[in-house]
Amino acid sequence: MNDFFNMGGYGSYIWPAYLTVFIVLLSLGVSSFKTQIKLKKQVEVLKEKRRSKMKGKN
Amino acid sequence: MMPMHKFANPTRFLKLANLIIPWSFGAMVVLFGYGLFLGLFNSPEDYQQGETVRIMYIHVPTAWISIQTYILIAVASAVSIIWKHPLADISAKSAAPIGLAFTGLALITGSLWGKPMWGAWWVWDARLTSVLIQFFLYIGYMAIWRAIEDHSKASKAAAILALVGSINVPIIKFSVDWWNTLHQPSSIMRADGPSIDGTMIQPLFYMFGGFMAFFITVLLWRMKAELSSRKLQVMTLDMAYKNEGQVEQ
Repeated sequence: MNDFFNMGGYGSYIWPAYLTVFIVLLSLGVSSFKTQIKLKKQVEVLKEKRRSKMKGKN
Repeated sequence: MMPMHKFANPTRFLKLANLIIPWSFGAMVVLFGYGLFLGLFNSPEDYQQGETVRIMYIHVPTAWISIQTYILIAVASAVSIIWKHPLADISAKSAAPIGLAFTGLALITGSLWGKPMWGAWWVWDARLTSVLIQFFLYIGYMAIWRAIEDHSKASKAAAILALVGSINVPIIKFSVDWWNTLHQPSSIMRADGPSIDGTMIQPLFYMFGGFMAFFITVLLWRMKAELSSRKLQVMTLDMAYKNEGQVEQ
């Protein structure tokens, strides 16, 4: 197992490379997913508001 | 066959996006899983570069996708200028942060590979420099979208920057042939076929697939977000206008 993390002495280059990719892509993915959900909800709330206003007029 | 322009309708696009996302997300998990297994456990070390060759499985795909994304933005920008199609401009804008992330990752992983192999984190060689220029092109492109408030003006200015900057794409691609770079020339996209062994092409292939599936998933999420945000803007304006009308009556 130690051999695996050591990677022939290059572990200190290989693991940071994999870790950076993981962290950057994860944060990009999560933030994109969350924004998309949040904005979709806002559109729905606004639509609902508009609908209730129309009803109020009639 | 359904004509392509039908997908250009935002409602149709949303339907299609919602259909694709679960599949691209699933493909991403499977491809990354298998690719990482092959790349980290089930592939040999390089006879010259030793274990550091494993950085290739993340470095090469991120670099490829960073360039592909730029090409996508340039093409979408041309479509947006010529046909003024909203989805073209939405896709270009949504792809930019992903392209920036991939360019940054290609530079960082390359640096972590360069240090043990070349003895330097960074050299001003043509390949590295042209990729760094691409990094700044992405930043400039995104900055234009943020800085110009008028939407159609921002769209046009950003598109022009993307198109002018596309001259950098062939420079990145051929830099390793045109100049005597420290960066090694291509070993996959070669006229005489790939020059690396199958045991290394396989993990590279699956990892590329994983990154590609990630790209598609995140691009569709970002495009959905952008569509919603434009809808919000229109609806808020519309409501404000109607309210004003009521006051006047």
